Amino acid sequence: MSYDIPNLVPAFPEMIVFSLGTLVLLVHAFLGQRRPIITYGAVQLIILMSAVFTLSFINEPTMLTFDNMFILDKFAVILKLFIELAVFLCFFYSRVYLADNNMPRGEYYILGLFAMLGMMVLVSSHHFLTLYLGIELMSLPVYAMVAMKRESGIAAEAAMKYFIIGAMASGMLLYGISMIYGATNNLEFSTVATAIANTAPDQKLILIFGLVFIMVGIAFKLGAVPFHMWLPDVYQGAPNAVTLFIASAPKIAALGMVVRLLVEAMPSLQIQWQQDLIAIAILSMALGNFAAIVQANIKRMLAYSSIAHMGYMILGVIAANNQGYAASTFYIVTYSLMTLGSFGLLVLMSRAGYEVENISDFKGLNTRNPWLAFLMLIMMFSMAGVPPLVGFWAKVGVLKALVQVDLVWLAALALLFAIVGAYYYIRVVKVMYFEEPDSEQRYIISNDMQLALTINGLSVLVLGLFPGWLFELCKSAF
Amino acid sequence: MINLPVLVFYSFASLLVLSSAMVIISRNPVRGALFLVLAFFASSVLWMLLEAEFLALALIFVYVGAVMTLFLFVVMMLDLDLVPSREGFVRYLPFGILVMVLFVAVMIVVVTPEHFKLGSLGAVPAHPEGYSNVKEIGEILYTQYFYPFELASILLLTAIIAAITLTFRGRQHSRSQRIDKQLAANKADRMYLVDPKESQ
Repeated sequence: MSYDIPNLVPAFPEMIVFSLGTLVLLVHAFLGQRRPIITYGAVQLIILMSAVFTLSFINEPTMLTFDNMFILDKFAVILKLFIELAVFLCFFYSRVYLADNNMPRGEYYILGLFAMLGMMVLVSSHHFLTLYLGIELMSLPVYAMVAMKRESGIAAEAAMKYFIIGAMASGMLLYGISMIYGATNNLEFSTVATAIANTAPDQKLILIFGLVFIMVGIAFKLGAVPFHMWLPDVYQGAPNAVTLFIASAPKIAALGMVVRLLVEAMPSLQIQWQQDLIAIAILSMALGNFAAIVQANIKRMLAYSSIAHMGYMILGVIAANNQGYAASTFYIVTYSLMTLGSFGLLVLMSRAGYEVENISDFKGLNTRNPWLAFLMLIMMFSMAGVPPLVGFWAKVGVLKALVQVDLVWLAALALLFAIVGAYYYIRVVKVMYFEEPDSEQRYIISNDMQLALTINGLSVLVLGLFPGWLFELCKSAF
Repeated sequence: MINLPVLVFYSFASLLVLSSAMVIISRNPVRGALFLVLAFFASSVLWMLLEAEFLALALIFVYVGAVMTLFLFVVMMLDLDLVPSREGFVRYLPFGILVMVLFVAVMIVVVTPEHFKLGSLGAVPAHPEGYSNVKEIGEILYTQYFYPFELASILLLTAIIAAITLTFRGRQHSRSQRIDKQLAANKADRMYLVDPKESQ
């Protein structure tokens, strides 16, 4: 049997991450226990290298390789770049936190690196098999990372919940995929899409049945209502550094999963998945925004806010045209910047044995650390969607896409929930600026971390003032 | 028409369904694990009917031989307290039954031979003489499915790292000086006063 060696070039960033990642694993086993800084530096270098290679593909035409199981298009390149950026920043913020809390540092970086590999595989998948393997490779290290702080009972509980519900969601997703496979006899996205398009309308029942189960898997990975129950507990229970990781990059990968599964594999079932997504979006925006109001724990509040944001992000996919998908991409990318900033702040403020996790910990932050308070204010206002910040443009983008496909009622509803949401973001600002601090002691944060956080915070502001190029970039992906 | 393969299929398929149900229903976890072994065995017979001998045997070797044996060991070693897990059983039962009835009803309507276009597939093609199951799988696994195969191996590696991270507590042999710990120590950690009169 003859066999042509596949074109390996498009998968170069993934190959770098995996091959050098295993190398770092060995180095860590021999040297890293005493000098975790070596592991840290090497992992960050790998991320940078893969980002450089990913960037070099940005103007390439779409490439398929590995028997059409792997796709490298502009959408994949953009998502991968932002995933790499998010993971890089997340490791950067976590360095001191991990050392202070005596957590296994090298393992955190290496597991995080493999999770990043899973996300990259996921957004580049063109086959149900590689999509599923990408999801598992993304999730499995994260389950372990949640439980990493061994002495913490609440972290172990969160990890168990996450793991069991995650395994169930994977089962549902696989069941749905098996139905699609049964009806189309294929697993590759483009072939499945043509097979579905050629199916007679009265024969579509089995496909819709499969789609419902796939939807469950998607909603779970996004953390959208009604499959959101794990999210607040996991965000709260996980150590701050791990919450930072879960809240940023996997969300970008989840959008990749939605677009690959729904838009690329099942475009002919659009009417069906649109209905499902509308229900998911409305429920997520409603429950997320209302439940966040009553939280006293800021990690829990941000968890509910992330549920609401996933609802907004889905709105662009509901519009089901290129403009909508571009708006969703813009939304998720900017949202991940905001979560990196806000959770990054929580990580940097935490000290050994002291987790910053209550809104009351922010009391009078303005008199203690005015600059940190200002950065947090930018994040909160941006998440609420206040004008000059990027969160505003993200919301405008998805709402505009909705209005253009005559879903004005949905856009109006989304706007209504955004007003509800503004309440709890502004409450954090009020606590920071108008309440008396419990102590005058300042949070001491090293200069490089403060600089990174400043860049992160100001990028939200600058992108809000000049959102054009990022919009164009997202638009060019579709 | 009833011939031998059809008879074998229906008897083992119903055995599979029954034993899978027993895995969930049985109160004793050891018995549940044993029923799972039976379920694996029945499904391997179904694979045998499809002439996928290698996969059928691998299922028995790997799952029955290795995974389930290990699982049985763990279940028997742990002193499981099953009472808390049964709490709320009656309370959740109506909801569970409702979901199950809905689910089964939808499956009966939807998952039918017509919907899967089984007629167009035809019977399993007969294999030529000297056909090797292992060779065919190996060829496709290392060429066409090379990429997912590698991904699965990375997944296993990650699982190993994750398991070690969660259980390994570090070697305690080194006697090096930990300056940060020394500086963090205070009087209460290191010194305690004993009243000599009381201790006598």
